[in-house]
Amino acid sequence: MSTTVPAAAGEVRAEADRQDAPAAAPARRQRMTDRARKERNLGWLLAGPAFVVMLSVTAYPIANAVWYSLFDFRLTDPDGRSFVGLGNYATILSDVLFWRQFGVTAAITVVTVAVEFVLGFALALVMHRALFLRKSVRTAILVPYGIITVVSAYAWQYAFTPAYGFVNPLFGSDLDWFGETVPSLVVICLSEIWKTTPFMSLLLLAGLAQIPSTYIEAAKVDGATAWQRFRKVVVPNMKGAIMVALLFRTLDAFRIFDNVFVMTQGANGTETLSFLAYRQTITRVMIGLGSAVSVILAVLVVLIAFLFIKGFKVNLAEQRGA
Amino acid sequence: MGALGVAATVVAACGGGETSGAPELTWYINNAVQVEIADACNEEAEGAYVLKTSLLPNSAAPQREQLLRRLAAGDTTVDLLSLDPPFMAEFANAGFLRPFTAEEQEELSQGVLEGPLEQSLYEDTMFSAPFYGNTQLLWYKKSVAEEAGLDPAAAPVTWDQVIEAAEQTGTTVGVQGRRNESLMVWVNALVSSAGGSILAEDSQGAAAEDVESALDSEAGAEAARIMSTIANSDIAPAGLSTAGEEESRAAFQADDGGFMVNWPYVWTAFEAAEAAGAVEEGFRDDIAWARYPQVVEGEASATPLGGIGVSIGAYTEHEEAALEAVRCVRSPERQKQNMLTAGEPAASAEVYDDPEVQEAFPMYEAIREGLTDAAPRPISPYYGDVTGVVQQGYHPPDALDEQTTPARTADFLEAVLDGSRML
Repeated sequence: MSTTVPAAAGEVRAEADRQDAPAAAPARRQRMTDRARKERNLGWLLAGPAFVVMLSVTAYPIANAVWYSLFDFRLTDPDGRSFVGLGNYATILSDVLFWRQFGVTAAITVVTVAVEFVLGFALALVMHRALFLRKSVRTAILVPYGIITVVSAYAWQYAFTPAYGFVNPLFGSDLDWFGETVPSLVVICLSEIWKTTPFMSLLLLAGLAQIPSTYIEAAKVDGATAWQRFRKVVVPNMKGAIMVALLFRTLDAFRIFDNVFVMTQGANGTETLSFLAYRQTITRVMIGLGSAVSVILAVLVVLIAFLFIKGFKVNLAEQRGA
Repeated sequence: MGALGVAATVVAACGGGETSGAPELTWYINNAVQVEIADACNEEAEGAYVLKTSLLPNSAAPQREQLLRRLAAGDTTVDLLSLDPPFMAEFANAGFLRPFTAEEQEELSQGVLEGPLEQSLYEDTMFSAPFYGNTQLLWYKKSVAEEAGLDPAAAPVTWDQVIEAAEQTGTTVGVQGRRNESLMVWVNALVSSAGGSILAEDSQGAAAEDVESALDSEAGAEAARIMSTIANSDIAPAGLSTAGEEESRAAFQADDGGFMVNWPYVWTAFEAAEAAGAVEEGFRDDIAWARYPQVVEGEASATPLGGIGVSIGAYTEHEEAALEAVRCVRSPERQKQNMLTAGEPAASAEVYDDPEVQEAFPMYEAIREGLTDAAPRPISPYYGDVTGVVQQGYHPPDALDEQTTPARTADFLEAVLDGSRML
């Protein structure tokens, strides 16, 4: 199984790999044919230009940010720039603000990804199984994802604003949703879930579509119940798709910014780590401190990706068509 | 306006653009209406310069961010900029603004009201020519005040009196509790009215780690007391901790609205609300205004101060022309035009003697008085951090404590400025 449609060459290689599978790795390297080598060179040739562009637009700014993070540097005080080594990191990691915002970010991530996964799976099954109006169902489910986050954030904010929102009158409450931490976070999470569940379900649908119907039929013949088929056949066979869906959404959710920025401007303890980086870099123009926050955020993101890939024991590079 | 725009283009065309020497200036404006001021100045300049405009975002913080980044990058197109006065010191200290010479300063100060003048100076040098000022007034419903036996028009009232009157009549007091610049305006007015200040007096020009806060005082405690009293009482409009100016106005327009502190723009907004049917016809007949409430009875209130100054960017390539343009933009004539079109109160005293202005702004005397006795927000190169800390320390209003809030905010402020804590 694979998350993309395998190209013809890929299929050929997949065949070769399958024959190789029992053989030890060094043996495989020795047996690399001319054709494989040529293919690899062609691959570099094709991907090379993009690789160079990627380096210049990502590697350079990242290196630059790491360098800046070692300075006490305020944009409005260029003369006061001084090298402080890891001082900025020490300030950040010893500041209770960082840990609180780390907690808020983690909470938002866990809640939204968990809810989105369950909802997204349900929607994916609906899309997969829909007997009629298939296209309309898929389109309807995908609509929220087509809306710009800032726009959806405003829509949710207006809906929950006590003065003119429709939510309070609907439930007969007079809660000031954006006046306290928990209700604010609830609305932020709801908006996030509403907006990105379709993305989750789309990735899961791709996984569902790749399970050969023969597997399911065989299980049926063997007398497996619907739940058993789901647990033992469907889920294990789309492990890669599940991991990709969870990983993408976790990384996205961990970098959440727009919803918070629009709805609370970070008030009432709703600030997230991206917001912290924004505040230091853009608002306070403390380039050094802000870069350090960004670097920490990037390290955390890499760490999450690493843990996911290790945890799921799926090597995406080795994924082949089923 | 369209015609003027065309005229400006024609003038530019006749001048032959850059080659024949008519310098092209860009003015970063904070309000689209200022395009008309630029058009009028182009007409007046008769080809001496061509003033183009570029509109900044519509709230103070992102305006500052854009200007700051442009100037930090040495942007030569920033010839003129409409600058929110609290941010001027930061720009001036960084060397992003061209200071006005002593002679220019004297010329541009003439006839300017005290408040707008004070906030245009950093270490006694003018970096922004006062263009317009702004001040908050106490707005109230005559019927409500009468029922409570309060007459703010006769003599200045205190916050405590306003609170009591609202409690008696079951009405609300509209204030800005949202965690942004509006909250800072409120805190600063309360602290200053109580005779205190947010930063210690000699903080102008001090290095960040040496700046001291004067918040941990009786004035800081009084501010916390008044804010939490309102927020924890039935007189608080719904959503107080997220209410900005427009939310306050909506609360005031509601049936149980009684009092509100807000900028003068609300008068024209009431008019529009009447026209749109949002409030009943004749709503404004019951509305009156008075000077901003006192904190200490008998001691004149320090009125909130806003406005815009026009500065010249340090990297402009057309200094002389930019200066000419500043002269035109901030001339009393253009200030009057801006007051009538944008509704922003002029910074020069003489504008208020104009019958046309007096007719459009029946509360012109209260505005002029407010601009004279105003308390500018702290003038500091680190204002951004100062306001950020105060907005955190004094928010949400219902959780403030007069014992702990001032000291905690003051400590936090000093820690942020010396770099030991983040904001």
